[in-house]
Amino acid sequence: MAEIIHSHKSLSTNPLKASTPLGASLAYLGVAGSVPLLHGSQGCTSFALVLTVRHTKEAIPMQTTAIDEIATIMGGSENLEEALINLTKRMKPKFIGVATTALMETRGEDIVGDLKLILERRAELRDVRVVLAKTPDFAGALEDGWSKAVSAIIDGIVEQPGSAVPLHQHINILPGVHQTAGDIEWMVETTESFGLTPVVLPDVSGSLDGTVPDHYIPTTFGGTTVEAITNMGRALHTVAIGEHMRAPAELLAERTGVASTVLPSLTGLGPSDDFVALLTKVSGRAAPARLRRQRSQLVDAMLDGHFYFGGKRIAIAADPDLLTGLAGFFTSMGADVVTAIASTANSPLLAAVPTARVVVGDLQDLEDSAAATQADLLVTHSHGRQASERLDIPLLRVGFPIFDRLGAMHRCTVGYRGTRNLIFEVANIVLSGLHEHAPEDFSHALPIVEETRHAGATTATC
Amino acid sequence: MSEALKARIAGVFNEPGCDTNIAKDTKDRKKGCSKPLTPGAAAGGCAFDGAKIALQPLTDVVHLVHGPLACEGNGWDNRHASSSGSKLYRTGFTTDMTEMDIVMGNGEKRLYRAIKEAIARYNPPAVFVYATCVPAVIGDDIEAVCKHATAKLGTPCIPINAPGFAGSKNLGNKLAGEALLDYVIGTIEPEIVTDTDINILGEYNLSGELWQILPLFDKLGIRVQSCVTGDAKFRQVASSHRVRLNMMVCSTALINVARKMQQKYGIPYFEGSFYGISDTSDALRMIAGMLVERGADASLIARTDVLIAAEEARAWARIETYRAALKGKRVLLYTGGVKSWSIVAALQEIGMEIVSTSVRKSTDNDKDKIKALMGGDAHMVDAIPPREMYASLMRGEADIMLSGGRTQFTALKAKTPWLDINQERHTAYAGYDGMVELVSELHRAIVNPVWQEVRRPAPWDVNVPGALIESAC
Repeated sequence: MAEIIHSHKSLSTNPLKASTPLGASLAYLGVAGSVPLLHGSQGCTSFALVLTVRHTKEAIPMQTTAIDEIATIMGGSENLEEALINLTKRMKPKFIGVATTALMETRGEDIVGDLKLILERRAELRDVRVVLAKTPDFAGALEDGWSKAVSAIIDGIVEQPGSAVPLHQHINILPGVHQTAGDIEWMVETTESFGLTPVVLPDVSGSLDGTVPDHYIPTTFGGTTVEAITNMGRALHTVAIGEHMRAPAELLAERTGVASTVLPSLTGLGPSDDFVALLTKVSGRAAPARLRRQRSQLVDAMLDGHFYFGGKRIAIAADPDLLTGLAGFFTSMGADVVTAIASTANSPLLAAVPTARVVVGDLQDLEDSAAATQADLLVTHSHGRQASERLDIPLLRVGFPIFDRLGAMHRCTVGYRGTRNLIFEVANIVLSGLHEHAPEDFSHALPIVEETRHAGATTATC
Repeated sequence: MSEALKARIAGVFNEPGCDTNIAKDTKDRKKGCSKPLTPGAAAGGCAFDGAKIALQPLTDVVHLVHGPLACEGNGWDNRHASSSGSKLYRTGFTTDMTEMDIVMGNGEKRLYRAIKEAIARYNPPAVFVYATCVPAVIGDDIEAVCKHATAKLGTPCIPINAPGFAGSKNLGNKLAGEALLDYVIGTIEPEIVTDTDINILGEYNLSGELWQILPLFDKLGIRVQSCVTGDAKFRQVASSHRVRLNMMVCSTALINVARKMQQKYGIPYFEGSFYGISDTSDALRMIAGMLVERGADASLIARTDVLIAAEEARAWARIETYRAALKGKRVLLYTGGVKSWSIVAALQEIGMEIVSTSVRKSTDNDKDKIKALMGGDAHMVDAIPPREMYASLMRGEADIMLSGGRTQFTALKAKTPWLDINQERHTAYAGYDGMVELVSELHRAIVNPVWQEVRRPAPWDVNVPGALIESAC
């Protein structure tokens, strides 16, 4: 059991968190024909947009209600209405996801009520689905925003199944915020290999996977369709990945009666087995040969790779679910998690992280603790690069944002295949740090003195 | 918004050094120059963003953002303003306000403690404290906290009062300048003063561009006392009020600083640019002339002319190697970040054709220059909607687009060469060497065979079976 340490600092140095409304926006970006709309000042959107572009290397449709001085005093309802009308006219979205920001939540308006009135009043908005998540920056981080947005989508769009015919082959998948397009592709392929039809919400593998459409699209291109979301209540089962997806999964179950299973992580042999076992159970089919082959490849990778994990001292800083999953993975390979920093305390699983203590903190905490615990590897997002440089400890980039490497959205670290890749990635970092040994590596070693005489040589003395 | 902040914004808008402002009548002038934003159709950063951008290149101070997470958490360490020394400016500091701080009104206390913690650990020469929307709404008085902290802790704490909702990035630049005028510039006397001392205002040393310029000054014996702010140290900026001349590079950003330094310290200023060969030469000539006018050795002018002749010849000789490949190639220039006209002149000099250029952030003066260069205003555009930009590129109306990161993907998805000329880039384009670098990058982008590759039709779009397969049968 890990002890959870809450920071008493007033100063956050090198933030680990990305903001809650940004998490919500990322979720909204997984819906087809979507535009996320941040209800706040234009900077709220601008910062979130730039960071998302840097991570995905994609054009990101994200808009702002552009709260100015007057709206700050008089209230933001008019701006919200104007923004909805303007962007509907201009971008013709099928879906608009509104995320509130700290600025609007601090003012404390009845934004939910305002939105309801706007949607009733404005005929122009009849054909676009609008949902709203309350996501002030001062509460939570990326995982919370993502989770709240998915709940808002479920709340606003999923229909009661009523007497509609159940879709016996359909299975709902609710990925967490740290699942990449590559991760989702594995989940989808694996689910399909059991003869099931997955409905992924949100599906960034359809929208942020970097493709080149043949015409201009101002909204998201791909993602979960509103129609598919509408029918999620008719599915056979729901699988949610990560503790932060428990709330949306439960909301969906409560609304529609579709039973759900929350898997804390999909990285590692055990977690991958759990996913496959669930699919086997839900589908009533045996695991296909290709998947069995993948599992065997992973087991082999674990055998080949464990040499480079054993006894390695790992320092991780991440959002709670990502931290939990990675800590479990590293521990299962024989490494020790010597430093664990969580962005928030918003997960009951933090206490179960296999390490002595989990500090709720920032990247300065990671840097200080990694130095003190003599870590061999830092595991966090791209902002860990400065600590890595200063400490001369290699960095494994995980989570969001990854802005100084390409391919963040295609990196797969879940399931048999993804875990296999991750083992190789970590082992290769360790391998590239290996050096040829010298006597200095051994505390009392002196090299054998070079032979100065040889047979037949005469010496002056003796 | 506090009355003090309102007054300051009104003051910034009523800028006598600004041509646009001077041209307005009293009524329009009173309205200020912030364009109202359109909700749902706005792009660009807020005033806080602008203030931070302008001051972040002060490398040895703590930049502490007072607000909830997003303001600093989503944006820290995101530009390539380079430093020759301290890396402290790349550290993200924020009070990361919680709900409790807001509900209980603990913002000011938290801010004070955060300042104290930062000083205890990093011992910086100063702490720059940035206001954001939430503390401004709940009435946190960052000026008072900074005053108290300065007195109590002995380290200058500088309040930067530019909350996001106050306006645009450009307004933020100016409010940052006001903070420098009020709290930094003139607070330390320089140890050395020479008759060739200058400041450069509005140069951020992105990707090290300042270092492309400094060797030119070194050769002429001109001393750059302070670059406000690029690779800047607190003490340099604090003692920047005894120079002979201010050169203003990014004109709209810090014009208030230039004008008020003239008013207060009698330092004349001029507006110039280091983008483009002739612009660089003009700037150097201007500096030499003005320094001599103010008492520098008259030989400076002749020496400057010699240097210019040598540098221009050297630059053109290097650029000449690209002329054949670039002549007649059509450029879509879409930027607000650097001086469009300056780049226009340079590209025209090597025979490239400017399809159109944006003048979103240009002053009337800039527009006149572009008009003169391009003959009429047919090619000047304000903003091009992304849909139209995409369509135009798809029709092949330009061989390359030069723009900032926001429009990058419009070009790339249209399979059109693209070159970053805004702040996110990793390449330095200033001075003579920088122009050669820009041309070389343009060349590299245009001739890359990848454009032929990515435009290849997919196998399923080709009716005739591939020749390879046919011959194999």
